[in-house]
Amino acid sequence: MSDQDLNAFQEDAAAWLATHFPASLRHKIGGDFETNKEIAADLEVWRQRLAEQGWGAPTWPRQYGGAGLTDPQAKVVQEEMRKIGAANHIPVIAGMGVTMVGPTLLEYGTEAQKQKHLPGIASGEVRWCLGLSEPNAGSDLASLSTKAVAQGDEFIVNGQKIWTSGADISQWCGALVRTDAEAKKRDGISFVMLPMDQPGIETRPIRLIAGASPFCETFFNDARADKTDLLGDLNDGWSVVKRLLQHERQSQTTARGGQAKEQPLYDVAKAYVGVTDTGQLADADLRNRLASHLMDAQAHRLTIGRVTAEAKGKVEVSAAASILKNSATKVAQTKSELVVELMGSQGIGWEGAHFKDEELARVREWLSGKAISIYGGSFEVQNNIISKNILGLPETTQKG
Amino acid sequence: MAALTEEQTLIQDQAKSWAVEQAPVQAFRQMRDSGIAQRFDNTTWSSMVELGWTGILVAEEFGGSNLGYLTFSVILEELGRQLTASPLFASALVGATALNIAGSPAQQQALLPKIVDGSEILTLALEETPRHAPEQIALSAQTKGDGLVLNGQKTFVSEGMAATTFIVAVRTTGGITLVLVPAQAPGLSREALATMDSRGYAQLNFDNVAVAGDAILGTLDQGGEPLQAILDRARAGLSAEMLGTGSQAFDMTLEYLKTRQQFGRVIGSFQALGHRAASLFTTMELSRSCAEAALQAIDAGADDVPLLCSLAKCRVGEFLHEMSNQLIQIHGGIGMTDEFDAGFYLKRARVLETMYGNRSYHRDRYATLLGF
Repeated sequence: MSDQDLNAFQEDAAAWLATHFPASLRHKIGGDFETNKEIAADLEVWRQRLAEQGWGAPTWPRQYGGAGLTDPQAKVVQEEMRKIGAANHIPVIAGMGVTMVGPTLLEYGTEAQKQKHLPGIASGEVRWCLGLSEPNAGSDLASLSTKAVAQGDEFIVNGQKIWTSGADISQWCGALVRTDAEAKKRDGISFVMLPMDQPGIETRPIRLIAGASPFCETFFNDARADKTDLLGDLNDGWSVVKRLLQHERQSQTTARGGQAKEQPLYDVAKAYVGVTDTGQLADADLRNRLASHLMDAQAHRLTIGRVTAEAKGKVEVSAAASILKNSATKVAQTKSELVVELMGSQGIGWEGAHFKDEELARVREWLSGKAISIYGGSFEVQNNIISKNILGLPETTQKG
Repeated sequence: MAALTEEQTLIQDQAKSWAVEQAPVQAFRQMRDSGIAQRFDNTTWSSMVELGWTGILVAEEFGGSNLGYLTFSVILEELGRQLTASPLFASALVGATALNIAGSPAQQQALLPKIVDGSEILTLALEETPRHAPEQIALSAQTKGDGLVLNGQKTFVSEGMAATTFIVAVRTTGGITLVLVPAQAPGLSREALATMDSRGYAQLNFDNVAVAGDAILGTLDQGGEPLQAILDRARAGLSAEMLGTGSQAFDMTLEYLKTRQQFGRVIGSFQALGHRAASLFTTMELSRSCAEAALQAIDAGADDVPLLCSLAKCRVGEFLHEMSNQLIQIHGGIGMTDEFDAGFYLKRARVLETMYGNRSYHRDRYATLLGF
């Protein structure tokens, strides 16, 4: 598409937003917007309009509820929304649907599966969770033991999943299940999709070190999945989930924080630590570490830019995604450590009026951020992936 | 390198095969063992001149091709991989940059064509103390008529034994001044520094060296700002060379991990080493982004050149520091021998790290530029 066409598209997008985005939602979509009762009615109107326009999952084909936009067009839409304080909240309310399940369905799904599942995701009406990890299958995901046995037109599923984010409020679940106990462990796994609203599924929210969390334990007790909801081939679930996790890493590569309106970290530091008469941060050691961190953060952002520039015109997920996950993790966790440290005794609060809201939020974020190097393939698993898949070093530490 | 133009890719391919065939690390070893005073091979240097590399930063009217810093750097990266010794960086990058930024039309006309044809070798005479401190230049320059009389010392002058003209940063009454001084000027003497990387560096002694007013590069007392601009371009170029040196060290290490057997298996199958390789690879990729961003910013005339150049020199410096240590460590005993090339990379790494500001210099500058 020429720049001229893109400019015309931009004007159309801006015009559509001007008439369709409810002004009451300006700058309101973010944080805990889902539980904000005051905006609930307008939010639903906005969801319907987004869905009709296909902008919930703008790059998906039209027949599946998307708008068939190119990546540059989708970027334009995002940018036009940002300009007026609007946002596309469908990827949030669809749970794992827009970011992970949908892209994988587009690649592995049958025509019938795409027609059945994608429109509900793109419109934000159906929220998805993922049943991958188990109490005894974390980093070693392939050792999972949740079983699915064929019976007539269905699979009967038994077992337990953990870290099923949003399971208690989701309508559908994509789960990895063992369908052949005799095969080598990666070869006996399938990916099934099943509705959450059935007697055989029970969910229990998990409280974390940072307090309440979206994570759940999910128990399958003779739960049922329709055989037509098998994604990919029987016993080929490992390929499906590898792709799914690539999409997850892709969506996690943006370092948390660093958003436009955020106060620069060095200004926060100055406020708590003070400055010398030459304007330098009073704690020289902290100043060094802060500079190192900001360099890491900038190097990470520049690398995202470089990977994007190098990938221009290619559609496949880049191998460099594995590098970016660990880099993003390091940047986010170091930032949280620094911000808690520099707040001193204001950085040890848990709740109450002695601490400012933003101080408490930083402490919670520091705690919840410990998960970044664990989920989506731990820091160590990412390094395995880099050394084996990218550098071509032999694998001997994993079996099966 | 990222998103190169077709022309840049061609130059990169040309530089890669030239360096591997004409000036590989074995050639560097021969040069070192020969003990040649100027510390580079004249045939190698002439070949670079013929390839047109000396003119990449020079305008077409002076015989150059004016292709910019990213293009120059794809060559420096390949030379860094093979540790090719030459005055290309000192003369065709730093020297040409200084003339482009601060030179009068007459000075440019006099010197740029000679940089391109190799008949002049320029270099920057900057450092006076063990630590990089361009703000604290002290070499004395007394006014005499419209000219200056220089007294003092300069050290760590790159290609100082081969240079025909020095760009000397001196202290004048109102600030810093850049001066062009021919190597044959009366009162100027030079001694070779025997450095661990076996490359050419000199210490210069100025004993009442008189220069005329037309030798001043830019404006009297106003040399501080152009000096930083010259240094930033030099730092970005060094970052590219360092990236090449580190990338080659990485490739050598990775190859060794895949072939060296101990305990009945290749050592790269040990997870501790696999993770170390993954970590080095990650650092290498991140630092490459910094070097490229700095070079692209220079070519685009962007505002954040100083910040990006400090970022690049520091981050590539950290990668090369760690990589050169791991090159020795992972190769074990063979890495300690002079017969194997690893030591060349380690020694060169430390010298490059020291040039124009080490990691802590640039970390401090980065923080200062951000205002904290």
